[in-house]
Order: sequence, then C-alpha cells, then structure tokens
Amino acid sequence: MTGRDALAGGGDHLLEVRDLKVHFRLPRRNMLTPGGTVHAVDGITYSVRSGSTFGIVGESGSGKTTAALAAMRLVPVTGGSIRLDGVEMTTLAGDALRRMRRKIQIVFQDPYSSLNPRMRAGAIVREPMDLMDMGEPAEREARVAELFRRVGLRPEQAALFPHQFSGGQRQRIGVARALATQPQLIVCDEPVSALDVAIQAQILNLLRELQDDFGLTYLFISHDLGVVQHICDDIAVMYLGEIVEQSDRVSLFTLPLHPYTWALISAVPSARRRKGARDSRVRLQGDPPNPIDPPPGCRFAPRCPFAVDRCHRDKPVLREVRKGHLVSCHLVGDDCVPPHAAVAGGA
Amino acid sequence: MDAPLLEVENLEVEFSTRQGVARVLDGIALSLEPGQTLGIVGESGCGKSMTALSIMRLVPVPPGRIGAGSVRLNGEDLLQVTEKRMREVRGKDISMIFQEPMTSLNPVYSIGDQIAETVRLHEGLGRRASLDRAVEMLKAVHIPAAERRVREFPHQMSGGMRQRVMIAMALACQPSVLIADEPTTALDVTVQAQVFDLLKELQEKTGTAIILISHDMGVIAEMADRVMVMYAGRIVEEASTDEILESPKHPYTQGLIACVPHLEEEPPLERATLTEIPGVVPALTELGSGCSYAPRCAYAADRCRRKAPEPLEVGEEHRVACWLYDEAGAA
Repeated sequence: MTGRDALAGGGDHLLEVRDLKVHFRLPRRNMLTPGGTVHAVDGITYSVRSGSTFGIVGESGSGKTTAALAAMRLVPVTGGSIRLDGVEMTTLAGDALRRMRRKIQIVFQDPYSSLNPRMRAGAIVREPMDLMDMGEPAEREARVAELFRRVGLRPEQAALFPHQFSGGQRQRIGVARALATQPQLIVCDEPVSALDVAIQAQILNLLRELQDDFGLTYLFISHDLGVVQHICDDIAVMYLGEIVEQSDRVSLFTLPLHPYTWALISAVPSARRRKGARDSRVRLQGDPPNPIDPPPGCRFAPRCPFAVDRCHRDKPVLREVRKGHLVSCHLVGDDCVPPHAAVAGGA
Repeated sequence: MDAPLLEVENLEVEFSTRQGVARVLDGIALSLEPGQTLGIVGESGCGKSMTALSIMRLVPVPPGRIGAGSVRLNGEDLLQVTEKRMREVRGKDISMIFQEPMTSLNPVYSIGDQIAETVRLHEGLGRRASLDRAVEMLKAVHIPAAERRVREFPHQMSGGMRQRVMIAMALACQPSVLIADEPTTALDVTVQAQVFDLLKELQEKTGTAIILISHDMGVIAEMADRVMVMYAGRIVEEASTDEILESPKHPYTQGLIACVPHLEEEPPLERATLTEIPGVVPALTELGSGCSYAPRCAYAADRCRRKAPEPLEVGEEHRVACWLYDEAGAA
C-alpha cells in the first residue's frame, strides 16, 4: 500500500484532498522573458477524519493558508480533487457551490480586519444565514442570541460595533459567525496568532468545547507548534507547497522523521527547556526560499544539513514508514531512523 | 559593589487622554550589568515598550509626561541632560531594535548608507571609512556577500536579513546597552533562532547588555538571565529566569506560564485544558487604588481591591508585589 492510499482512504473522512495543486502565474517581466509560476500548493494529499482536528503547520510561504483556502474553493484550483462529505468540490459552480459552502466556514487570523467596522456584531453573525436564506428572520435573530451566549458573549452585545470589543471578544464574534450556518468543517486560519497570550488560551479552550458540543471538524492552520501540538489530532508539515511529513500528534513530536520537522521543533523557544539547551541544536541556514519555479529534487535540500547528491537530483515521494506516519525524505530508511538521529542523540 | 551600568529608579510616566490621565508606568525600577540580558514580559498594554522608550527618552511630550524617577547610565541621569546630549547617547551608548524591520529601515537609502550614517554622526568618520565599517558590520551579522549587499536597499532583502541589518546598525557604535523590542515577532521560527544565536554571539564578543522585550515566555526562557514581569504599568514580579520558571510567585506570572501551550518533547496522550486568565488588561485611566490585577485574580481578597501591594523580597533577588506573600515569603 502506498502512502497516498493510506491517506486518502474513505470511511469516516469528512474532507478528502487528493493531489491538490494551486499555481499562480506571474505577469511576464518584459516581452522576452516569460513570467514565472508560483507553485503555492504543489500536489498535496490528506484527509480529515470527521470530528477531529487536522493541523497544517509551516513557515510563511509554505502554502498552508493557500491549501486551506483552496479547500473552501476561495482560490482557483489548478488540479486535483477535493471531496467534502463525499461531494467533489472542484467541479461545483454557482448555486451548488454556494450550498456546499454552508458546510464549510472559516475563522480568520486577524479579528480586527475580518469584521466589518460599520456593521453591528449581531448583523455580522447573522449575515451568513441571510445569504444562505436560512429560516425566518425571527429565527435568525434568536439564533444570533444563542450563538452569542454559546461563544461567551452576552446577547445584548449584538447591538455593539466591532470597535467596542476587545481582540479576544472580536475573535469570539468571528467564531460565532463561522458557526452560524451549522457547518461541519471549520477552517481555522491562525485563529489565535494575533491575540495576546492570555487571550489565546480562552479562544483555544472555546474551540475545543464547541468541537465536543457540536461534533465539529477543524482544519487548523498555524505556524505555532505549541498551539498545533495542543489542539490537533493529526498534523501535516508543509514546506514550499508540499507536505513533507504527516502523522498523528504524539508520533510526530516524539519521533519527527523529516529533517525539516526536526529543525522546526528544535527552533521553537520553550519555557520547558532551559538556557543552554539551545547550544546543542543544529540551526537551519538561510531563509525559507521562494516558491517561484522551485528546483528539481527535494525542495528542502538547499537548507538541509544532511543533503546528499541524490537529494538535489531526485524528488522524494511521501510514503508511509510507520503506521500512520508519512515522510518524504530519501534519507529516512525503512528502519525509520531519521538522518538527524545521530545529532539529536536518539531523538 | 560598583554602580550598575544602567539603573532606573522609581520611574513614573503619565499620558493625558480624553478619558483622563493614564499612568502608563508606575514605580519602575531596574538595574543592568554589562553582558547581562534582562527580559521584560507581559501582555500588550502593560508598559513593556513604554519602559524602553522612557529609557531612550523617546516618550512623546505632550501628551506624555515623565513624572518622576531617574535613568542613570554610568551614573549620568539621562532624564536631566539636554536634548543635544541625549542625541549623542542614542545610537552610541544605548541603541534599540524594533519588531518590524521593514518599517524601521528607510526604504530610499541603501542599507550601507543607513549603517554608515550612525557611524559618521557618532564617531565623526569620513564617508569611505564609515562605509568600510558598514561592510564590517554586515559581515559581523553574517550577511553573505557583504561588499555587494551594502549597496542594496531594504526591499531587496528578506525579513530575517532586514533584522540582521537593524542589528548591524544598532551595534555599529558598540553601545553598552541594546534594547530589543520584540525583535523576532515578525519572523519565522527558524529565522528567529538564527537572530537569537546572532545576538548571543555578538553579546559574548562585545559585552553589550541587552534588554529584551517579549510576550513569549519561551523566548525569555532561552535568552534572559533575569526577568521582569509587568502588568498595567507596574512590575509585579522580578527574579532570575530559572527562579521565575520554577517557582513563579505572582498569580499573573503563574497565569502567563500556564496559559501557553508549551511544546513538549513527548506530548501526553490526553490533552489538558489550558489554564485561562479571565478578562482583559484594564484601561490605564481606570486603575483604582487597589492591585490592578485583582479583577482577574482568582485569589483576590478585600485587601487587594483596597490598596496596591508594594514589592516584597521573597527570595534571593526575587521580588513580588502581591498581598498573598507576607514578610516571611510564605503564600
């Protein structure tokens, strides 16, 4: 069985994404040079179990947000398939697409710019129901009040404008809006990155509670490994438009197999580690490169401290090396020993 | 014992706003030795950046007003000197790097010119010599092809490169104090790690003292020797980094550490609920006479709401401002 089959298996999967590609063409710079192509998402396959939280983690430019927006059909899809609840999303258009969007909603990163400053909070939460023509107006009002209570706001606060709320409260409004159409899947695009540390915990706990109460499925995008480890059941690590490693949360953090995942984890400053711990770790050189016309071979090879000739030449494929643990690296053998094992002192 | 390199005492800063007078800093005291790194943590609006700006005397006056206190650098009170003298101090003795390197660099000058400007102003070097220094500094912050890069403009560089340029500029005149205000918040984690390694390396070489402002306990844990926890313009706890992490005393410090999902090397199978700090930071115009953390504090008693606690020594070099601790240091 190849990794792909293990990943895109059917059964209780709410979202199944197969070989998804999102490319953006750049305008040509002059008459003679053709414009490049940004390979924002370049053939990713994953599926999300119903009622679970699937995390996509990566640095800026890794394509994690584009991958999430593509699942909602909010960016043009270049190729591949997206099945939500068994329905192929990539070929839907017009009214059929709009109806499917009831099932998939999004919470944005910045609670300041994602709420219309000229609308009252209640109207913001009601708007998706208005657009989807759900229920009678009086029912919608009652539902707005219920949603406000559910996310920890008072129903009378529906009459206020966004600027009258704190950042954490605004994100609660954003969560209430996402819940309005009773979706099955909620895309959380860095939902706590713009919030103060003390407020992050309030929103993360709220998301967990709502998941338990409504049986929600989350597609959770984040650059913060601590948050991802806390909230996600399964995690995919993206680098330059591709998934380089994927696993359940315990396996991924206990035994990271891809050198990039390992470097990412060891770069996180943690209050659990002490000063001096940082000295023993290997650092990645350089910046995450640009996804315009990426090189052949492994895309991580230019920054990888273990890269050999083959890595620059042949492209590794994502394959299952342990049960449920997939990695795309030439240097990880079938014995599951990662190239950084020696440096890390046995992971 | 010698006088510390930098010593701030009883610093008070107020801002007049339409809602009334906001006391943004109240009784701030800190001292810094050469080569030491002091971390300042807290949520936004608690006065971290204002402390830095007050030390640099960059608080906008009006609406701001430095009400009381002293900022002594090598014994000289910076709050009393002339503006002309202050301009000599900034960039030469104390320099600062900011969160967003793109907005702190001038987009229409080459990075070489910007680094050279500092050196020309403070050390009176000529054009050639100052540009040579710029190249030297770019090499020191590990920017490849420094001779070529020195002629480039900020937009030609990545975020991590720009922050390196900021560091090069800040350290060009070998200041004795570097204030880094959330220097890596806008950067990716792998790049953040590079910038911290660089700061450590340069600190070891030059003995610069660093004040590191961050909201991230993890960053503080790895970088700082001592930590100051601020809340609503006051210092609520201060101790060595190990002490703060191992036995935080103030309920706010305890909350700050517990509310963050720390990255574990072996995550537990069962996922715990995060500890929340309820509510939000109060408006600084609405602080009463009591402890400003009392409305969010699980242990708040009558006394907390009536009178603000004074800092109390509870261990070696460990001070906490909280009524829970009596003279004996017991909870």
